Amino acid sequence: MTTNNGGLPRKSDVAVVGGGTAGLALATKLKRLGVGSVIVLERENDAGGIPRHCGHYPFGIREYGRLLKGPDYARRNVEAAVDAGVDIKTEVTVTALHPDGRLSLTTPAGKAELQAERVVLCTGAREASRPQRFIGGDRPLGVLSTGALQSMTYLQGMRPFRRPVIIGSELVSFSAIDTCRHLGIRPVAMIEENDRILARRLVQPYLMMRGVALFTKVKNLRILGRRQVEAIEFIDAAGKQQSIEADGAIISGRFRPEAALLHLSHLEVDPGSGGPMIDQFGQCSDPSYYSAGNLLRPAETSGWCWQEGIETAKWIAEDLSRGQPAVVPSVRVQLVDRAIGFSVPQRLSISDRTGGMQKMQIGLNVPVKGYLEAISGGQSISNTWLNSRPVRRVQIRLAPIVQNCSKSPVELSIQRNK
Amino acid sequence: MEVKKKLVALGRADVAIIGAGVVGCALARRLTLDGASVIVLEKAADVLDGASKGNSAILHTGFDAPSGSLEQDCIAQGYKEYLETCETLGLPVLRSGALVLAWSQEQLDELPKLIEKAHKNGVTDVSALTKSQILKREPYLSNNVVGGFEVPGEFLIDPWASAHAYLLQAMANGAVLYRDTEVVAGQYDGQQWRLETNAGSVCAAQIINCAGLYGDIVEQRLIGECPFTVTPRKGQFVVFDKSAAALASSIILPVPTKTTKGIVVCRTIFGNLLVGPTAENQESRTDSSTISDMLAHLREKGIEMIPNLEECEVTAAYAGLRPATEFQDYQIRRIEGKNYTCVGGIRSTGLSAALGIARHVAGLIAPDEFSFQAIEDPIIPAPDRLSNYHPRDWEEPDNGGIVCHCELVTRREIEQVLNGPLPPSTLQGLKRRTRVCMGRCQGFYCTGELVKLTAGRFNLPMGLGHDDQ
Repeated sequence: MTTNNGGLPRKSDVAVVGGGTAGLALATKLKRLGVGSVIVLERENDAGGIPRHCGHYPFGIREYGRLLKGPDYARRNVEAAVDAGVDIKTEVTVTALHPDGRLSLTTPAGKAELQAERVVLCTGAREASRPQRFIGGDRPLGVLSTGALQSMTYLQGMRPFRRPVIIGSELVSFSAIDTCRHLGIRPVAMIEENDRILARRLVQPYLMMRGVALFTKVKNLRILGRRQVEAIEFIDAAGKQQSIEADGAIISGRFRPEAALLHLSHLEVDPGSGGPMIDQFGQCSDPSYYSAGNLLRPAETSGWCWQEGIETAKWIAEDLSRGQPAVVPSVRVQLVDRAIGFSVPQRLSISDRTGGMQKMQIGLNVPVKGYLEAISGGQSISNTWLNSRPVRRVQIRLAPIVQNCSKSPVELSIQRNK
Repeated sequence: MEVKKKLVALGRADVAIIGAGVVGCALARRLTLDGASVIVLEKAADVLDGASKGNSAILHTGFDAPSGSLEQDCIAQGYKEYLETCETLGLPVLRSGALVLAWSQEQLDELPKLIEKAHKNGVTDVSALTKSQILKREPYLSNNVVGGFEVPGEFLIDPWASAHAYLLQAMANGAVLYRDTEVVAGQYDGQQWRLETNAGSVCAAQIINCAGLYGDIVEQRLIGECPFTVTPRKGQFVVFDKSAAALASSIILPVPTKTTKGIVVCRTIFGNLLVGPTAENQESRTDSSTISDMLAHLREKGIEMIPNLEECEVTAAYAGLRPATEFQDYQIRRIEGKNYTCVGGIRSTGLSAALGIARHVAGLIAPDEFSFQAIEDPIIPAPDRLSNYHPRDWEEPDNGGIVCHCELVTRREIEQVLNGPLPPSTLQGLKRRTRVCMGRCQGFYCTGELVKLTAGRFNLPMGLGHDDQ
């Protein structure tokens, strides 16, 4: 431990881990609600999070009433936090979460510690890497996630390749195309393992206009090349072996919570969402801990995370005013249909505490057409029509479920033939 | 020291070592400490670029090596010397021990023979365990395990830091390394060898072929023929993230068969958990590509043994090539009258045996009457300190801040390696020396910063150039 604790205070009312959109919005709101000391711990050189290297629109409409590019939006979030009195510390890495809000940290000056009344985990999300997607082949240079591509090109002004292939077809995959074109990089193809494009977007003309070939329903993806990427091989929808000449591969999408700290901690983790188990107030299994933003589930937009940060701040401020954090009884949300990948929240606190999230977020494993039914104590307490697919935003109203869950677990299932 | 310029007017070295894998590095150290002048010639852009690039990072006792073989002897000697020198060289050891587990009656029946063999190989602390003893020790194991035995002396080490430390010590004490230097021909004139390389010529009294996957090709180029043929055996691995390391404290070994040790599940000294290797014979000496079905299969195998792995993230996948030959044992022999020694067919046990092989070969090339004058007080270089189970740089003051967040690699560590005596010339080399980009995000967060830090350092840069070019 360094004698001056790495230049950090030893105590804080609230410590926010992660200075991205959710963390900054939350910290700012807490200060505006009159919370005493709020510190944001950011491991990068600058706070702001992912938007820092999204050199494109649209950010900030809801928050600032105008259209901003990612870096400008990130800067505004930082300025707002500083103006509100938030103490932002950069180059601070949290290395362990301990019970009751104690954090182990490291700084360029060495190790440090911080004790907070409440800790809020806002560590965000990242894209699934190549090994996580079991993409085989050689391991040459030129294989990057969209995040790595954007930090390399936007922050450092370097380009890693000239004619890459884009693997994945989510919104971020199209953002990767935009980033490429901005730098004079010409993507040659978009490759998707699912049977259709995942992004909700008119894509065929968009891709055609940009000379990007589209392959869906591909199998046996392989990246080949000795030093730099030379080709991408796969079996196409018709079962034909394809080989596309390319000097790079962008592995895009399939966001997952950046939850390593969580996995190594005492907090309960939800294998479905990949994030922490929370209740409708964003509170974790250790009531000293809260969470908001993309750590809760695979990625939402910045605007969403900003709003989630603001909402969660209100519940934390209210909780702080009650004094010591307390464990309250709760019921679990159980997913009895395999089509449902996750729910956020994963449990519902049963107490006199009111408010909390208005909607429950649902992630689907497969396309679903049917009624999403919530059952508790043998009673159907909610029924919502769904026609949606994986990756898309799905929400159901939480109030009827919270009000009627009768202290027994809430089972979520899908009725397909009503 | 490493010389960057062309190999001209080199003068004469006592020994030229062809190949800077773990065996070549260990030999360079041994012979340098024994007092020989040593030149190491590496074909690739960086050291450890062939068979030593990917393995399971276990320090084996040799309990299951063929009894009485040269391999078994070298593993035993190498194991002993590793544990004697690791502290001096600053190399970490994770004393995990291993369990050899049977998952069927057929495998259970094999155990007594294996225990007997271990005892015969001098690994006397091997003893049988019941199913309940095993599950008590490893509570996350599947209940399908039927029995096994423990090998307390099997440990986990850093496969790259070890080899780097051998070579760094050799270089600190006078050995010279040439990278990007491939031996294409050579003549022995009765006094000394003259090796022709793509970068110039080298003269040496003795040469040692440690070319690993290319051992037979190098021997053909120098001697004209080779009694063995290398058949590369590919081993693919899947690495799980750090939370998985809590699921197995021992190295979980299978009951070995004739061709392979089978699929291992073990922690790494870096705090991950790995599952592998496969064993696939192939002709290519360079194709270390992974196959997605095989990676998925390895993940499934891991889950079969440790069901909780289902919920753990995979962070990396890689493949290594072992230089297997048609012979079971190592192919180490000296051609008398030619001052040529071949160290071939070091298949999967090279990491454990390297120091033992080095001793053995030193004895072959410099028997008592020719022995060199050993260095009295050799310089000990600073090693890469990358063990998750030992103090790391991020815990120390003035570390410059963290660049790679997944593996907690500091700016100071990266700069020290880049400015050190054995700087990497590729991103792969930097990864092996510092662990940047080796973690769960695979560069999502640190690529931008690394591009900046490594600008002008690699012979294949991460960025093709500025966007205005």
